[in-house]
Amino acid sequence: MILAKVVGTVVATRKDPRLVSSKLLIARPMDPKGKAEGSYIVAIDTVDAGFGETVLIVSGSSARMAAGLKDCPVDAAIVGIVDEIEIKD
Amino acid sequence: MQLGKVVGTVVLNNRNETLHGVTLLLVQPISSSREAVGRVIVAADSVGAGVGEHVFFVRGKEASFPFYPTEVPADAGIVGIVDAWHVG
Repeated sequence: MILAKVVGTVVATRKDPRLVSSKLLIARPMDPKGKAEGSYIVAIDTVDAGFGETVLIVSGSSARMAAGLKDCPVDAAIVGIVDEIEIKD
Repeated sequence: MQLGKVVGTVVLNNRNETLHGVTLLLVQPISSSREAVGRVIVAADSVGAGVGEHVFFVRGKEASFPFYPTEVPADAGIVGIVDAWHVG
């Protein structure tokens, strides 16, 4: 899983029927210290995350195992809102 | 599987219900000479690893297998704590 910051939303009228009523967010991966890295990801939100929040994103086929995403055509899902990151160098 | 070092913890209260009770740790992948390689990832812990320990972890759907039959949405999981390793 990776840490990311929510930076936007995606609106799509025509999409796979299994994605109807799913919320799509744009997230920017970041390192534990908050520095952005890599390119943007479109992820399905399962936890009601909001703009500017730090979230946990699971990618690949594991994303489908999040509650509510069974058999959905997704490869990235937001599965948690991060409250605290503790890092020891 | 890859070698890594646990460098921290992540706390989430608002989480997908399938992730409840799962410990999440920050893992820095390392080389056999203990140098950091690539990005720090968040991994599900099933062996009780702690900060500062060397571990090995799996990537992909296999990361959820230690929690079977619960289907945990994890794409990285710590599956062992390394006591020692020797190269060459």
